[in-house]
Amino acid sequence: MKFGVLVFPGTWSDRDCGWVVDQVLGEQLTYLWHKDADLKGCDCVILPGGFAYGDYLRTGAIARFAPVMEKVGEFADRGGLVWGICNGFQILCEAGLLPGALIRNASLEFRCQWTNLMVDRNDLPYTSQCAEREVIRIPISHGEGSYFADPATLSRLEQNGQVVFRYCDADGRVTPGANPNGSLHNIAGIVNKRGNVLGMMPHPERCSEPELGGTDGLKLFRSVVESATRALVS
Amino acid sequence: MKVEQLDERRLREVALTPDEYSAIVDQLKRAPNEVELGMLGVLWSEHCSYKSSKALLRRLPSSGASVLQGPGENAGAVNIGEGWAAVFKIESHNHPSAIEPYQGAATGVGGIIRDVIAMGARPIALLDSLRFGPLPASRHHVDGVVAGIGGYGNCIGIPTVAGEIYFEDCYAQNPLVNAMCVGLVPVHRLMRARAEGTGNSLLLVGADTGRDGIHGASFASVELDENSSQRRPAVQVGNPFLEKCLLEACMDLAHTDAVVAIQDLGAAGLTSSVAECAGRVRGAGARIDVSLVPRREKGMTPYHVMLSESQERMLVVVQRGREAEVESIFQAWDLTSAVIGEVTDDGCLTVVDGGREVAQLPVALLTDGAPLRRLVGVAPAQRPALDLDELAPLVDPGAALLRLLASPNLSSRRGIFRRYDHMVGDSTVVPPGGDAAVLRIKGTRLGLAMTTDCNSRYCHLDPNLGAQLAVAEAARNIVATGAQPLAVTDCLNFANPDRPEVYWELEETIAGLAQACRVLELPIVSGNVSLYNESSGESAIYPTPVIGMIGLLEDYGRRLEAGLRSEGDFVLLVGSSHNDLGGSEYLKVEHGRIAGRPPALDLTRERAVHKLMLAAAGGGLLRSAHDCSDGGMLVALAECCLLGGIGVRCPPVQSEGPVRTDAAFFGESPSRFIVSVPSRAMPEMQTLARRHHVEVTMLGLAGGDVIEFEGQFRVSLAEMRQAWEGTVT
Repeated sequence: MKFGVLVFPGTWSDRDCGWVVDQVLGEQLTYLWHKDADLKGCDCVILPGGFAYGDYLRTGAIARFAPVMEKVGEFADRGGLVWGICNGFQILCEAGLLPGALIRNASLEFRCQWTNLMVDRNDLPYTSQCAEREVIRIPISHGEGSYFADPATLSRLEQNGQVVFRYCDADGRVTPGANPNGSLHNIAGIVNKRGNVLGMMPHPERCSEPELGGTDGLKLFRSVVESATRALVS
Repeated sequence: MKVEQLDERRLREVALTPDEYSAIVDQLKRAPNEVELGMLGVLWSEHCSYKSSKALLRRLPSSGASVLQGPGENAGAVNIGEGWAAVFKIESHNHPSAIEPYQGAATGVGGIIRDVIAMGARPIALLDSLRFGPLPASRHHVDGVVAGIGGYGNCIGIPTVAGEIYFEDCYAQNPLVNAMCVGLVPVHRLMRARAEGTGNSLLLVGADTGRDGIHGASFASVELDENSSQRRPAVQVGNPFLEKCLLEACMDLAHTDAVVAIQDLGAAGLTSSVAECAGRVRGAGARIDVSLVPRREKGMTPYHVMLSESQERMLVVVQRGREAEVESIFQAWDLTSAVIGEVTDDGCLTVVDGGREVAQLPVALLTDGAPLRRLVGVAPAQRPALDLDELAPLVDPGAALLRLLASPNLSSRRGIFRRYDHMVGDSTVVPPGGDAAVLRIKGTRLGLAMTTDCNSRYCHLDPNLGAQLAVAEAARNIVATGAQPLAVTDCLNFANPDRPEVYWELEETIAGLAQACRVLELPIVSGNVSLYNESSGESAIYPTPVIGMIGLLEDYGRRLEAGLRSEGDFVLLVGSSHNDLGGSEYLKVEHGRIAGRPPALDLTRERAVHKLMLAAAGGGLLRSAHDCSDGGMLVALAECCLLGGIGVRCPPVQSEGPVRTDAAFFGESPSRFIVSVPSRAMPEMQTLARRHHVEVTMLGLAGGDVIEFEGQFRVSLAEMRQAWEGTVT
């Protein structure tokens, strides 16, 4: 399958995502530029981490206006896989493709550390390789990753089962102590209602090889590949 | 014009002495105009000219088989094999960080990154060596500097993987912020910032030029005083996003062969970058038209343009006629670029403003004209002596261990490095928190180890020995990961060298560095000197020669970390222990003293221990390895336990031998490691140690959740962790 990794000025996880797609998974890779007018036939578009346009105004606030984002929106509407990681999650929220917002960490500090995530849903194209309620280990690296939404949105998310990942401890307990940034309901990642647009703060591309300290990230990449293959077969 | 006719205040403003002014008039055979005076002032500042240290720096060894580029360029470079060159340099941003901690540190990081980019290399890692006064008084400095480093490094997407942070009274007014950057470039694409080719164009790219940072280099060349906060406008403001675009665009320049050279605009801005670039080519000059320089604000004079230290700018020498090709690469990243002049062959830097000539100075006068200062070094009064017999005996080693682990100089740095992105790049295979960081080089099995080190307390007590110990410890950090030490970059931070005892410290330090680097075969390929780190004639810093070092692992799969890994492993102390309590953290924390002679160092022994360690690591005998330094054996052992989450049980430390109990536990004898070895590998390890003539002592067995020395003390990992992690956050 073909992954498209979207590059805005200021994006920096593009090369890491590309490395995993190309070198670890051996799948097709193309980089999409923020000024591009089409998505080059990609099966999955990744919006990687970084500080798009410097994120000086507000994270993702400028990036949502990039020419390519219109195509990303159309692609998502058609059911295409759109995967926002870290800054990509922030951009998807700003673009209205996902509800809620990412605000400053409760500690008011940047946090780069490993986190444990409870996989709330394993029936998605992104998580099919995970076991039900599996605890996976994926690092975070952000200053503004505290998930926020108004109470109505939050309860709708919960009712629809749109929460995919929650920060938890090593034993899978979702506790305040396991929450690294103050996210409401310990939310680390959500999907849209249809289940094709995923936003997550942790970085799966940083833990897809054993030498980097873990391989749980690879489960998500493999899930995407597997679901695309399945879609082709069916 | 005679010197006495020139406004003395004006001379002070450009930081030139009357003697230097006379030298300028002598060589020019005329008086310099206003613009020329400003240009000479910044380039003749200590920061740019090294006029107080240059003669001494020549004594440092800078050559070696792997050296591709030694001092004199934007950064040094060494060949690491498989077609790759590692490019690296360390630089200080002390004065700006003292006044404006966030931006001072941030722009320090930005500046060192540009130095690496200028060599054609992609920056892959950042390291930071920091010194502050004691907490809580220095909280404002610590928070600002750490946030500034993170703010820049995290945004630009280069991992901050290692460094140090120390607290000592002497840094209260003068914190030190030294930033190091490491980059990679294929050997055949390594660039030099040489203005070759008469008629080639000078292209300025990046930020528009503003009035920020004017006289920054001069400001960094004098002592701070009560009026220094008024110099805040001399501190620049960083824009990491712009530098990220500049970085990527410069990497894209590899697609064209139209680029002759790239030069960073740092201290002294356009003046120094053009002069340095031309100065590296015999007979070369440059002609610049300041009216072509894109500006941030109206009303800027040629003086402002030539002296501005606006950040995120690069000078690119482009083959004549191929400017559009290069400019299109910058345009793709929405970067502003402009041809502002050309390379000439008249050996002069000529500045015009439209049609009007505003300055013309010989390049050699700018870059090499500053008269070297002949300073005199005089050894200071003896440092406080230490009589071990008068030292109260160690009563409770366990309690002392907990106090040491909680000491700000030894406690866990996790609270700091979790504020830095240390993972971006997918290459960090040994993360911060241990001895050195290791980054894999993608597409190869190579691992690049890197560290910074300096125990300035040792340097204060004996600058020569202290410098040797700093080199030895940095090398040990590298060796502890299983890597072979390769090369050094140094950042020499000192007080005011006009005082004979400070100049003596500088002389002694350089002698010590040279000695250690020769014996350990480590070329110093780049570096920086920061003087005048003292305030109003008092509160001078300790001599602080920070050593940045890189090392090489042929196969990063064989890398080692500090933490114990398996219950039942043998825990060994490699190397010999002596009564080395002078200058130790134990002496400071438990007895409130900074005294005595630093630990004796035998560089030949140090080498032998490294060889043993690398042979053992290469042979797969070691499960973990940790350098034994600040805090001595017991603190190092505790760190092995805390990092690995495994305790250790040991027989008692003998007190009847020649080594005192307190020194056995907390003495800081160099040339030692703590390693863990699986039982099956023990015979081979012992044979190897004998063959290398290195003493190896069995400390105990890994296991459980306490550190216990039978009959002496017992402390749980939980207690230790609480002490260790509760301090620096």
